[in-house]
Amino acid sequence: MNSTTLTVRHSSPGSRLTDLFWKKPGLLIFCLLLPPLLWLGIIYIGSLFTLLLHSFFSIDEFSGLIRYEFTLKTYAELLSPANFDVILRTILMACAVTLAAALIAFPIAYYAARYANQKMKALFYLGVMLPLWSSYLVKIYAWKLILAKQGIVNWVVEGTGATFLLNSVLSLPVIGGNSLAVSYIGTFIVLLYVWLPFMILPVQASLERIPESLLEASGDLGAAPKQTFRLVILPLALPGVIAGSIFTFSLTMGDFIVPQIIGSSRRFIGQAVYAHQGTAGNIPLAAAFAVVPIVVMIIYLYFAKKRGAFDAL
Amino acid sequence: MHSRKRASMGLKVSAVCGLAFLHLPILLIFLYAFTTEDKSYQFPPPGLTLKWFGVTWNRPDVWASLQLSLEVAAVSTLLALILGTLCAAAVSRAKFFGREAISLLVILPIALPGIITGISLRSAYNILDIPFSTFTIILGHATFCVVVVYNNAIARFRRMSGSMIEASFDLGASGFQTFRYVVLPNLATALLAGGMLAFALSFDEVIVTTFTAGQQQTLPIWMLEELVRPRQRPVTNVVAMVVVMVTFLPILGAYYLTRDASSSRN
Repeated sequence: MNSTTLTVRHSSPGSRLTDLFWKKPGLLIFCLLLPPLLWLGIIYIGSLFTLLLHSFFSIDEFSGLIRYEFTLKTYAELLSPANFDVILRTILMACAVTLAAALIAFPIAYYAARYANQKMKALFYLGVMLPLWSSYLVKIYAWKLILAKQGIVNWVVEGTGATFLLNSVLSLPVIGGNSLAVSYIGTFIVLLYVWLPFMILPVQASLERIPESLLEASGDLGAAPKQTFRLVILPLALPGVIAGSIFTFSLTMGDFIVPQIIGSSRRFIGQAVYAHQGTAGNIPLAAAFAVVPIVVMIIYLYFAKKRGAFDAL
Repeated sequence: MHSRKRASMGLKVSAVCGLAFLHLPILLIFLYAFTTEDKSYQFPPPGLTLKWFGVTWNRPDVWASLQLSLEVAAVSTLLALILGTLCAAAVSRAKFFGREAISLLVILPIALPGIITGISLRSAYNILDIPFSTFTIILGHATFCVVVVYNNAIARFRRMSGSMIEASFDLGASGFQTFRYVVLPNLATALLAGGMLAFALSFDEVIVTTFTAGQQQTLPIWMLEELVRPRQRPVTNVVAMVVVMVTFLPILGAYYLTRDASSSRN
């Protein structure tokens, strides 16, 4: 009886395949993994590899064509004062945006994690997810409307008579400018706005994981609420902050649209990549510029992993 | 834990201010779609009108780029659904060598800045002499959409108990039947949520697309053009508002589909 059912089951190729996969689970996993690995391996890793390859080529000054032979000349060009300024400016901006994002995100995450009830929590979650997922360009466009000459900021400033305040901020060296829309302050605000939501959720997750009993113990041992916050909550929330900072830092560093639309004419890495590959046709230099954020992120991720940020993701 | 202490005033104010900072700029888009002013971004609007909705409706360039965006998003989502589900199935089923590496590989396209994915693809197309087309846009989009599907699917796979699949086999179901009647129904809402998010991600993507699109315009590329060189502000205002509403729907949908899953886990 048993043998007849077995022969019946073995008759169709589909069930034979089922049996094969059942006997050899490794084969099934191999077959499952093959398409995604081929896709990501060839298209993504392959492309990353050609990017790396291009960064070791150079551009011929006379013909403007790419010379396909190994050289470190293009990387040396990165160190020229003008290009190095671009790199430094971008990294400083990424640091500033990350710090500000952590400062603004913390109270939101803290409230949602510690004080919000189930219903409020859902509201907070959507309140972060909707701006996070809503259109990147529309968000930038909104700030173009806000910072425009006839826009809402100037309307409020003139209405409240705070013109002198805005002017004194804009007259600051380096970060100031003719108006908010063409200054580093403007670029900073918009980058902060666009990437802030990515900071909130990891911080909230790490705060939610702190057991209440730990805070009670701290209080029982005589710590004032401020001490508990500084000595217990903050260190335990740090991995979440670092996890969030991976996103804000990386995304700010690669952004080329925000500084192009809101900001001074001074370039960021993303703009340099875009400009060099586009009109200039200098893909090697663009590639070398693109390698900078990759290297910075690898170093950043290494230290983040050391601080346990990956468990907080 | 929640009601034992009340939040201090300072905390409440800064949390509310932070959320307001996130939401008010988007609300402003809705106001501007109705403004009568068409030469500047004047605030407050001198008057309100519905005229620009009609004007936008009759713009062939907007329709063309909308169509391209929808096509790209649909095909990319389909590809991402297949690749992401396969990958999640394999990674969740067994511990094997290189599992961590595969997770990293899937996440990398969105963990690294979009400009790197963009310039990488651009340099690969350059070396292989591939001309720009809808196909080259889709290649890029599908690559970074995989992770969204993957994340949703793997969370569901982990909660699905392996004994159910074994029971199905014991009861005589074939591999296909088990997939069709046991795995898929359990997976469906997670895939729908992941697919919606992937669609929203692709529909809105601009950074990678600027490197892979050539002369074609997706809707975000059309908007970017308008942002850099504003020519028809009222039409852009209306398009911006429509884009906000179109992207909100899949996000809300995905939230409601995965909500029960996350609340039952906590």
